Amino acid sequence: MENGLSKLLIKKAVGDILPWSEQAALVQETGLPLREIEAVALRLGIVPERYQRNLGAITSAEQLKLFHAKAAVIGCGGLGGYVIEELARLGLGEIRVWDGDVFEATNLNRQLLAEIPTIGKSKVQSAAARVEAINPAVRLTGYPYPFRGPEDASLLKGVALVIDALDNIPDRLCLAQVCRELQIPMIHGAVDGWYGQVIIQFPEERTIEQIYGHVEARQDESVSKPSVLGFVPAVIASLEVAQALKVILGRDDLRRGQLLAIDLLSMDIDTLDIGS
Amino acid sequence: MKITVKLFAFLRQGRFKIRDCDFPEGTTVGEVLDCLSISRDYMKIGIIMINGRHGVFESVLQPGDVLAIFPPAAGG
Repeated sequence: MENGLSKLLIKKAVGDILPWSEQAALVQETGLPLREIEAVALRLGIVPERYQRNLGAITSAEQLKLFHAKAAVIGCGGLGGYVIEELARLGLGEIRVWDGDVFEATNLNRQLLAEIPTIGKSKVQSAAARVEAINPAVRLTGYPYPFRGPEDASLLKGVALVIDALDNIPDRLCLAQVCRELQIPMIHGAVDGWYGQVIIQFPEERTIEQIYGHVEARQDESVSKPSVLGFVPAVIASLEVAQALKVILGRDDLRRGQLLAIDLLSMDIDTLDIGS
Repeated sequence: MKITVKLFAFLRQGRFKIRDCDFPEGTTVGEVLDCLSISRDYMKIGIIMINGRHGVFESVLQPGDVLAIFPPAAGG
């Protein structure tokens, strides 16, 4: 079957690009899922048109690597919505997401997946619908409850990294612990007002614990609902995704051991070395 | 003694971004917060770094230390 599909793909490719119309037509012709067609095409070095503008910044071999990569996104709110959107558009093969909330009107100022029709609807379900609408080759698995720490560790099996899109400190510390035990890199992001921060933490590092380690369980309830301007999660989520892409592709310049502090009011980006 | 104080996010409003400050020997982080009118209660969940290492209110500063103070960022 794959042989026949390969021949078809080679025939329909324009140079090394598979036009979207041909890819969609192949779904009808062969009855195969879009994802499977994409897998075979990328193996042949044929890149679906939707990724054409990724090429140059990344190679077709890296696009294939992305296709085979899995990532987890913990939270589908302000950060998570943008993170999921960007991962799906990049062509990350599999995304596992957690969130127990439904959208509220107060989410509309900043959460990409919050729309008037999605108010009252599950954030995880909205994420799944969004990914299906923009890139059905991406496999999204949604868990419509808050990340449960060690209890959910088995669901992180095989992921290349975990992206923190949580909204409180104790849960982040718990996630950092789970990631360490599973030897998975974690990319932390947090937002408040005009400001945000990003940290990448590999299992042997303690950067997140260094900055948050003094916060006891539930001590942060007073700031559980901070003001957040809509462009802040968009920026911080994008930085998290940029870091995620570099981890998956094995690129350098990750700024390990540093806190990136982004101040969009004064337009300052500071990097602070955090001792371990 | 001279220490360098770096403030972040909205702690800068009405204060400064970075400043070399003079404090008496033995000054603690908590005393610097008081001096800058930054609430200790609030900073219980903020981030205090002394030369890139986690500091607490009771940490005694040394000449030349760089004290970085971040307000809590927890939203997502």
